[in-house]
Amino acid sequence: MQQLTEIRWHARAGQGAVTAAKVVAETALAADQYMQAMPEYGPERMGAPIKAFTRISAEPIEIHCNIENPNVVVVLDDSLIDVVDVAEGLVDDGVIIINTCTPPDQVRAALKVGDGVRVACVDASGIALDTIKRDIPNTPMVGALIKTTDVIDIEVFKDLLAKNLGKKFGQEMIDANFASVDRAFQEVTVG
Amino acid sequence: MPEHKTLATTGNLVVAEAMRQCAPDVVAAYPITPQTTMVEEFAKFVAQGRVHTEYVTVESEHSAMSACIGASAAGARVMTATSAQGLALMWEELYIASGMRLPIVMANANRALSAPINIHCDHSDIMGARDAGWIILFAETAQEAYDNTLISLKVAEDSEVLLPAMTCLDGFITTHSIDRVDLLDDETVKGFVGQYEPDSPLLDDENPVSHGNFAGLGGPYFEFKRSQRNAIDRSKAVVERVGAEFAEISGRPFGLVETDMMDDADVAIVVIGSSAGNARYVAKQMRTEGIKAGVVKVRCFRPFPAREIAEALKGMKAVAVLDRSESFGAEGGPLYLEVRSALYDLEARVPVVNYIYGLGGSDVQLELMHQVYTDLSDIASGAAQSAGLRYLGSR
Repeated sequence: MQQLTEIRWHARAGQGAVTAAKVVAETALAADQYMQAMPEYGPERMGAPIKAFTRISAEPIEIHCNIENPNVVVVLDDSLIDVVDVAEGLVDDGVIIINTCTPPDQVRAALKVGDGVRVACVDASGIALDTIKRDIPNTPMVGALIKTTDVIDIEVFKDLLAKNLGKKFGQEMIDANFASVDRAFQEVTVG
Repeated sequence: MPEHKTLATTGNLVVAEAMRQCAPDVVAAYPITPQTTMVEEFAKFVAQGRVHTEYVTVESEHSAMSACIGASAAGARVMTATSAQGLALMWEELYIASGMRLPIVMANANRALSAPINIHCDHSDIMGARDAGWIILFAETAQEAYDNTLISLKVAEDSEVLLPAMTCLDGFITTHSIDRVDLLDDETVKGFVGQYEPDSPLLDDENPVSHGNFAGLGGPYFEFKRSQRNAIDRSKAVVERVGAEFAEISGRPFGLVETDMMDDADVAIVVIGSSAGNARYVAKQMRTEGIKAGVVKVRCFRPFPAREIAEALKGMKAVAVLDRSESFGAEGGPLYLEVRSALYDLEARVPVVNYIYGLGGSDVQLELMHQVYTDLSDIASGAAQSAGLRYLGSR
C-alpha cells in the first residue's frame, strides 16, 4: 500500500460502520501506525445511509477533512448502490469491497468503475448470520478488507477484537467473531 | 496497563483525561453537543472515584459558570467545559470570572452559533468571547487539546496571572474524531500543574475578604480594568514559560505562534485550529510547483502575539488570513483584523487578504488551501489585487 491509505465506509446506521472504522484505526495504532477515524455526523436514524472515514499512515497525519478520493471504499449494504454513488471519487487504482451475494462482474457493471479498480464481493451478512447469529456485517467486512488490501494485520486485528469483545461477552462470542473474520477473508472474491 | 500511554481516542476524551489528572476541586458543567462526551467522561471518573471532585450538575450554562465563579472565589481549583450556545449563555459570567481574577479553566468545543441551527465547527462562539478577559489557546489536534488543557491550568493559576483560561478545540473535527494521542502519566501531570494556592479565598475565615464588590462612579472600576489588562499582558511571558516547561516534560514544543516553512517563504497562510494541518500539507505540495509557501498557526489567541506574528510575516509578498467566523459589518474576520493591525508598524507593507471559511462545519478540502496559495501567488506577482473579503468553499 502507499504511504497514506484513505478508507471510506458506506453503510446504513446500525450496521456498525463507525465501530469498524474505529477498530481498524485502533489496529493500525497497535502496529505503531498513525491513524484517524471519524463518522460524517448527520441525522442518526436507524437505517439511514451514513459515511465514515479511516486514514492510516506510517507518518503523522496532518489533514482534517472528509475523504473525497479514497483508495478503498467499503460498502456494508448493497442496497446503497441504488441510493448513493459509493464509488464517487475512488482513485483509478482503488478497490471497492461490497457486502453482497452478487458476483463481482455484475457489481462492476452496476457501479460503472474503471478497469483499474478492483471490485471485491463477499456475503458478509450471510457469514454474520451463520457465525454471530445476527446481521451485523462490520466484523466480517474487516476480514475482507484485510484480505483485499493488507492495510492492517489480521492477527493484530483479532487480538484487539478479542480485547474489545472480552469486556462484554464470553469466549463463545469471540470465537464466533473470529470465524466471521476468517470466513470473509477466505470467501471474498475479487473481479 | 503502563502509565505512559499512546491511545486511539478523541479530543473530548483526552481533555476529560487531562481534567482528571489536574484533579479539580469543583466542576460545574452542562452538556451540549459537541462537548457532551467530554463532561460525560469526566462525570464517569467522578462516579468511579478516580478523581475526587465535587461535580455540580446544573440547569444551564449560566448556572454552570456562576457555580464555577462561586467555587473559585471560595478557593477551589475549578474546571468546566461548554460549546456554542452554552458559551453564549455564559456571557455575563465570563466577564465576572475575569474581573474577579478567578483562574477557572474551561474547554470549549468550537461550534457555530444559531440561527439557523447548526451543531458543527466554526469559531463564532469563541470569537464572540475574545474580549472577555480570558486567556485563549486553540488546539489543532486532540494531542494539542490535551496539552493545552494542562498548560492553561498552570498559566491561569500562576500568581503573576490569576485569570481564567479557555482551551478551544474544533467541534467534531477534534472533539469526536479518533486520533493518535500520547498521554503523560498522572504523577508527571501532578508535578507539572502543582498544588493550587488561592490568593484570597473567601473560605479563609482568618483573613476575611470579599470579592466582586461595588466600584461605581468615583470607585476603582477603571483601575481594576487596567490591572486586568496588565495581567493578561504579563500572561504572555507566562504562557511562553509554561509552554517551554511543558515541552521539557512531554517532548512536544509549544509556541504562541507556530510557523512552518516560513524561513524562505514568499506567501503565507495564517490560520487557527484543525485546518492548520491542511494548510501545511498543501504548502508542501505548492513548493513542488515552485511556489514558496509557508504557514503561521496561531495557538495562543489571547494574549494576542502581535509582535511574533509581525516578525513571522515580515517581508512576505502576500499573506492570507483565514477566519472561521464572521465579524459582521467589520472590515473582515477577527483574526484578519488583528493580524493586519499587527503588520501596520512594519517598514514595508505586506499585502494581506482575508478568507472566511468553514462556517457551520463546511468541510475544508485541500483544494481550498490550494486555491488560497494560487491566489496569493497571483497577488505576489502583481497579476491580482489584494483587496476585498473572500469566501472559501461557499456555494
